[in-house]
Amino acid sequence: MKNSNYLLTGLTLPNGSKSDIAISDGKITQIAPNLSAAEGFTKVDLSGSVALPGLVDLHTHLREPGKEDAETVLSGSMAAAKGGFVAVSAMANTSPVADTAGVVEQVFALGQSAGFVDVFPIGAVTQGLNGEKLAEIGAMADSRAKVRVFSDDGSCVFDPLVMRRALEYVKKFDGVIAQHAQDPRLTQGAQMNEGEISSRIGLKGWPAVAEEAIIARDILLADHVQSRLHICHLTTAGGVDIIRWAKARGISVTAEVTPHHLLLTDESALSYDPIFKVNPPLRTQKDVEALREGLADGTIDIVATDHAPHPAEAKECEWQEAAFGMLGLESALSIINQTMVATGLMNWESVADRMSYAPAKIARYVQHGQVLTVGAAANITIINPALTYRVDRDLVASRSRNTPFHGMDLQGAVTATFFRGHPTFLNGKLTSVHQGTSERAGN
Amino acid sequence: MGLALPAPDIARALIRISHEILERNSGSANITLLGIPTRGAHLAKRIASAMEKIEGTSVQMGTLDITLHRDDLRMRAPRALMPTVIPPLGVEGRDVVLIDDVLFSGRTIRAALDALGEIGRPKSVQLAVLVDRGHRQLPIRADFVGKNLPTSIEQSVVVHLTELDGADEVLIEGPLP
Amino acid sequence: MKHLLSINDLSKVDAISILDTAQELARVSDGPMKKLPTLRGRTIVNLFAEDSTRTRISFEAAAKRLSADVINFSSKGSSISKGESLKDTAQTLQAMGADAVIIRHSASGAAQRLADSKWMSGSVINAGDGTHEHPSQALLDAFTIRKHLSKGADDLTGLRVAIVGDVLHSRVARSNVLLLSKLGAQVVLVAPPTLLPVGVESWPCQISYDLDEVIANVDAIMMLRIQLERMSEMYFPNAREYSRYFGLNSDRIRAMKAGAIVMHPGPMNRGLEITADAADGARSVIVEQVANGVSIRMAILYLLLAGNQEFAETGVSS
Repeated sequence: MKNSNYLLTGLTLPNGSKSDIAISDGKITQIAPNLSAAEGFTKVDLSGSVALPGLVDLHTHLREPGKEDAETVLSGSMAAAKGGFVAVSAMANTSPVADTAGVVEQVFALGQSAGFVDVFPIGAVTQGLNGEKLAEIGAMADSRAKVRVFSDDGSCVFDPLVMRRALEYVKKFDGVIAQHAQDPRLTQGAQMNEGEISSRIGLKGWPAVAEEAIIARDILLADHVQSRLHICHLTTAGGVDIIRWAKARGISVTAEVTPHHLLLTDESALSYDPIFKVNPPLRTQKDVEALREGLADGTIDIVATDHAPHPAEAKECEWQEAAFGMLGLESALSIINQTMVATGLMNWESVADRMSYAPAKIARYVQHGQVLTVGAAANITIINPALTYRVDRDLVASRSRNTPFHGMDLQGAVTATFFRGHPTFLNGKLTSVHQGTSERAGN
Repeated sequence: MGLALPAPDIARALIRISHEILERNSGSANITLLGIPTRGAHLAKRIASAMEKIEGTSVQMGTLDITLHRDDLRMRAPRALMPTVIPPLGVEGRDVVLIDDVLFSGRTIRAALDALGEIGRPKSVQLAVLVDRGHRQLPIRADFVGKNLPTSIEQSVVVHLTELDGADEVLIEGPLP
Repeated sequence: MKHLLSINDLSKVDAISILDTAQELARVSDGPMKKLPTLRGRTIVNLFAEDSTRTRISFEAAAKRLSADVINFSSKGSSISKGESLKDTAQTLQAMGADAVIIRHSASGAAQRLADSKWMSGSVINAGDGTHEHPSQALLDAFTIRKHLSKGADDLTGLRVAIVGDVLHSRVARSNVLLLSKLGAQVVLVAPPTLLPVGVESWPCQISYDLDEVIANVDAIMMLRIQLERMSEMYFPNAREYSRYFGLNSDRIRAMKAGAIVMHPGPMNRGLEITADAADGARSVIVEQVANGVSIRMAILYLLLAGNQEFAETGVSS
């Protein structure tokens, strides 16, 4: 057994105060300035870095089972640890679909044996994600994976009656439906945001209203049945307005935004490089600004990555043939730093909320999203906001290389991740809680 | 840079060439002058008007662009095509006189013969040039020459014409032979 | 210029130089000897991943008149129809030593993907990509308009051109709006609102929903092919109603200005967007467009392939 006692020095806490943190046996044992290392403690100098409560991702595609050439629970867990995450939520659109207790337990177990983060499976809302019949939601909730978040992500639960039933059904165990808001009729064959750019480059448009109409409908349904609704990857200014309206009315809705929707716009499509092809699509600068504002003022509750690995051939082709999705775990915190913190829109306390406290609360991950205090689980993410690095797709921990940020300089690098007191990522090395080390860290 | 041919010499040479063409062909009736753009086309105009003055009748005159037939296209940036204008009587059965400013390797004239072949079958093809600077790479010679200029291969011969350059002169640039 | 992917790749000067070059080359097509040695030894691949007889034949004729070797790689019976990726196809063409690839593809941006990728090194000429662009068609249309209406000017300043029909799905319309406006013409798009893309207001042109309001004051009218599938997709109620509001018929022909011309990129749906008497009437230059297409494509091939692109930073030399 390796050393499990660490003294992290020179940190800034989310509230802005300077402090050191001592970790022992998976818990935070001391938080105070100028701690001295007791015997048996490994001192790690992290001067200039910020300590955040371990990040929680509510929207991750780990591709296992079924598409292990793109990602596995293990490789995705490593990418998560490298990005500062201690918990991820594995989306249900695997093959087979995670619509039974068997599949979610398998994914959960794979996460445990990987030992880099907690992998919490998300259950499908409908069987096979086909939007027609409810999946075995209760069995998944009762399984060892204790699923609380259900989503057909990748497809929208389009039938309003199915959506209503799902919202009602999960109330039994305080679950939440995470909706992928996309009217399928309005987005048949759609390739990118519908607007000026799509008109010019001749790619089929994906109107904002196709997203907003579903959000509005589901908010009204959630209100009607008094259940919890979570909106996945919000992308439009209009969607932010609708959520704001709903929250003002006291409706139980939460929403997420991805890092890429906070940074990139539909102008990326001018290159026809499908690395920028994603569902929902990149929108306009006006939308980006509304999303940033919504995240800052709390209208949007959380950041979620929608980490979507794809093998090379899914992107080395024409835009309309390419798969939707981009990597997100490893660059997420850097992008939040760059778009929200460095711009003065948010402080680190808000980042802690949007990326740790709030997602853990929405998903009821009780061991996560705890304030950094003595006695709390030592789930800690360290970012050096001053460190700038160039993204290199050949150095990612993910099994896939489809990052849209390749070649970009990002500001703020995750330098360490502690998962229940264990340094899953430290000094550029990824280490499992089961002590297995990996050489694939890089960057 | 040396002045090889001042304006008055150019004028005299063109008049002489005009006379020689008429003499060789027994008048202008069956002659078609085709200047090779850019400067050859202007020289053709001058020769045509000189011949018209001498003969008192109009002369068939046009231009022949050779760009599409050049063998050095790939050695330079893409070139714009110049106009080819064939006078009303065409080239079929005519005594065609090609006119260019400088005769050097002979490759331009080879291309001109190919270009002419696209258009028709003249009775004869003759060649008039303002300057022959030598260094032929093909078995081609001029029928009418304004001036023979011995040059080294490193030198270049520059022809300026009033229509394009503001003055008439022929210059030799580069090291002496 | 190494590739021709979009009209956006061309400055006004570039566009005019293509038209001027085509004008010189048209002479060759009219002459007794239709073959020039200019591209001897160059290999040009016609990569047609979508059916298009006329554009393929036009490029093939252009390439052959310039003595290039032409390889036809069409969808039917080739590996493209067997699901081979664009990347693998491109690498195959590279291995065969293609100096240029003329690509027609159903995916918007396919030509640009080919040009931007490191899959092959030759020139890429876009012969129509999805609903994006068809630059050689726009150039031949501009050439045709200039020939008939410019009164000797080298551009189209002061002319008014209507483009009528399925703008939403038309690469011909996109390229023409860009090129004709670049050359100084005023373009007006005429279509039912369902067949105009969201975002069209950012294009350099005017928009009308009423053909009869527009037709009397245009110098040229370009009819776009309307595909019957659009009916089932509810872009318009039925063919009869479409023809009534947006079809070119003899009444509308009579309403046109003296000297105004009628164009169509083909293939035509006679009786739908254009009646037979409009297509074959005195104003029609539709057959001539086809002939001009060969000259324009010769010009494109000449300008892209005859010279050495390493020296081509500053465009065409004289």
